[in-house]
Amino acid sequence: MDSCLLLDAGSGGRASQRLVSQCFLRYFANPLLQRLDDAALLADLKGPLAMSTDSYTVTPLFFPGGSIGSLAIHGTVNDVSMLGARPRYLSCGFVLEEGLPMEILERVVADMGAAARNADVLIVTGDTKVVPRGACDKIFINTTGIGEIFATQAPSGHNARPGDAVLVSGAVGDHGLTVMGSREGLSFLTDVASDSAPLNRMIEDVISVAGEVHVLRDPTRGGLATTLNEIAEQSQVGIELDESQVPIHEAVLNGCSFLGLDPLYLANEGKCLCILPENKAEIALEAMRRSPYGREAARIGTVTEGRPQVTLCTRIGGRRLLGMLEGAQLPRIC
Amino acid sequence: MQTESVFQDPKLCRSLLERLDRVLNGQSMRFMEVCGTHTVAIFQSGLRSLLPANVTHLSGPGCPVCVTHDAEVAAFLDLAGRDNVILATFGDLLRVPGPGGSSLKHAKAQGARVEMVYSPLDSLRLAVGHPGDVVVFLGIGFETTAPTVAATLLTAQQRGIDNFCVFSLHKLVPPALRALLDDEGNGIEAFLLPGHVSTILGLEPYAFLAKEYHVPGVVGGFEPADILLALCLMAERRRDPAVVNAYPRAVDNAGNPRARALMERFFQPADALWRGLGRIPQSGLVLRPEYERMDAVRRLGITLPDAPPLPGCRCGDVLKGRLTPPQCPLFGKKCTPATPVGPCMVSTEGSCAAYYKYSE
Repeated sequence: MDSCLLLDAGSGGRASQRLVSQCFLRYFANPLLQRLDDAALLADLKGPLAMSTDSYTVTPLFFPGGSIGSLAIHGTVNDVSMLGARPRYLSCGFVLEEGLPMEILERVVADMGAAARNADVLIVTGDTKVVPRGACDKIFINTTGIGEIFATQAPSGHNARPGDAVLVSGAVGDHGLTVMGSREGLSFLTDVASDSAPLNRMIEDVISVAGEVHVLRDPTRGGLATTLNEIAEQSQVGIELDESQVPIHEAVLNGCSFLGLDPLYLANEGKCLCILPENKAEIALEAMRRSPYGREAARIGTVTEGRPQVTLCTRIGGRRLLGMLEGAQLPRIC
Repeated sequence: MQTESVFQDPKLCRSLLERLDRVLNGQSMRFMEVCGTHTVAIFQSGLRSLLPANVTHLSGPGCPVCVTHDAEVAAFLDLAGRDNVILATFGDLLRVPGPGGSSLKHAKAQGARVEMVYSPLDSLRLAVGHPGDVVVFLGIGFETTAPTVAATLLTAQQRGIDNFCVFSLHKLVPPALRALLDDEGNGIEAFLLPGHVSTILGLEPYAFLAKEYHVPGVVGGFEPADILLALCLMAERRRDPAVVNAYPRAVDNAGNPRARALMERFFQPADALWRGLGRIPQSGLVLRPEYERMDAVRRLGITLPDAPPLPGCRCGDVLKGRLTPPQCPLFGKKCTPATPVGPCMVSTEGSCAAYYKYSE
C-alpha cells in the first residue's frame, strides 16, 4: 500500500480493493463482511429491533483512553444498548481526506476492530469515500448499529416516574476534559483519560436483575446535566440531583475549576444514566459495580413531581437550578 | 486539591452562616461583588439560596466580557474582517454580539480567522506559524490578565516576533469602584473584593473605599467558606470600615510587585468606555507610546465607532446595583442567553446570565 491515501483509493478500482482487503478486512474480519456483497445478509435477528446511527469527528484522532476508532464503536454500541437491546451488527462509513498517512488510518481501523471484538459486535458492511485535501478533517466515521431488544419493556426517556431513583454508572466528565486537554495541549491535565467503553454487557446484567428499568441514557454531548434535563422534559417530571453523590474524579474537578468549566456538562463516552423504581436501585447498583466499567456507580438523585426541571442540591446544602446550556462551554478569561 | 474541598464543608459553612446571622443581629446588609468568578461561585455552589433574607447580593461590573463596550466590540469585529489579520482571543469573547447582532462566532463561520487561545502566549505560536499575517491578541480583562499580556509582549520583543500586536481593552477595577460609589443613591454598603485581581494589586489600591467613602471592602476567595468568611468580616467592619484580606492563602497584602512592574512597563492608564457605565477616567490600560508596533490601535489604525445605547436595555442599572436582573422588563422575555440584548446576559459570568441559569 502507499504510505499516504490517494484519491484513487476511493475510485472503486484496484486501489479501492487493495484498501478494503489489506486494511478493513484485515481488522474487521468476519464471514458476513468477507462476502463483499452490496449489502449484508442478516438471517438470525429476532424482533423487536433497535437501530441507531452516529457520525464521529474528533480532534485529535488519538487521545488518552481512546481514539476516533474506539469511539465510533462504543458510541453506537451504547446507543443501541440504551433501548434495552443486545447490539449485534454495525455498518461503518468512512470519509477520508486525501493525503492521510496510511499508518494513521490503519491504527484507527485496528482500534475499531479491537473495540468491536471486545463489545462482541460484527462490522458487516461498509463504505469508503476519499475526498480532496481540505474537504474534510482527516477522518470522519459513521457507524450504524442494530440490536435485538431483550427488555420486556424498552427503556425510554419518556418513562421516568415520580419516586424513581436516578443512578449513574460511574464518574462523569473524564472524556470531555480529556479531549479538550489533548486538543489544546493543556499540559497541566495529566491525570485524565477518556472513559470510552462498551456498556452492552453491563446494561444486560442490570436489566436482567432489575427487570423494570424505566430510563437508560448515555450522557454524551452536553453531559449529565443536559441528559437529565431532556429526560425531565420528555417525562414531564422534576429531577433532584444530590451534588455530593455525583462521582467526579479529583483530576477532573481540579481541571474544571481551573478552566471555569462545569463537569456536569462535559461529555462522557462510557457512562449510563439509569432511572428505575426505588426498590430496584440497590440490585441495579450492584450489577453495575460488577462490571469493569461500573465500579464507581452511584445513586445520585430522585425523580419528583412538579415542574419539568432539574434541581441541584449542592455540596454545602444549598439548592439551585441545573439547566440546559445555550451552547458549548467556553473556558473563561480569568 | 484536598485543601480546596475543605472550604466546601457543609458544617464549616453552617457555622459561618450562624456567625453572619449573629453579627448582623437582624440588621440588613447590601453587598456587591465585582468579579465574574464570585458571581458564578455564589450561584453555582447554592450559597445564594442559603444567605439570610436580610443580606442582599448585588452583582457589579466584574465580568470582563460584560463591561466590554459596544463600540469596542464593533471595533474588533471590524478587525476580524480584515485581510492578513488573525485574531487571537479567549473563548468567552466569541459569542458577544456587536451592535449589529453578529459576533466573532459569526465572523468565523463566514471565513474570518479567529483563533481561541488559552493563554496570550499561545498567540505568539500563531504569529510564528503565519509570518505573512499579523496576529492581534484581544486584550480583554482586568489587572489579573494584563500582566500575562505584558509578559507576552516582553517575549515577543525578546524573540523579535514582529507580526504580533495587542488590541488593549483592559480595564482597571479600583476606578470602577469609585465610579459606582460616586453614583448617587447607589445603596452599596460593602464590597466583596475580587480575589484574583487582588493577588496582583494587594490591598492599598482599595484603601480609598474605607477612607473616602466609609464602605468596608473584604478580599475574598472563591469557595463557599471563603465567601462566607468575607461576608462575616464585612458585617463586622460596617461600623469601623476598613479594607481586609480574607483570602491570605492566595493574596499577599502587598500584591505582586513584579507583575505590576511588568504591567507598568508596557501599559499606562487611560480613560475607558465601560458597557453600562460609560466613560470612566483613567480606568483602562493602553500601550505606552514607545510600543507603537505592538499596539494594534496605532499599527492597524483602529478607531472606535459611535455605538448608540441599546434600546430598552437596563444593564447599566443592573451593574450599578440599582436593579436586580429579574426586575428588568427584558429579562427572560426579549433578553435570554440565546438572544442576549445586553452585556449582562451575554457572558456566562454575567449577572443576568447567572440569574437565568441558576434560579429555580
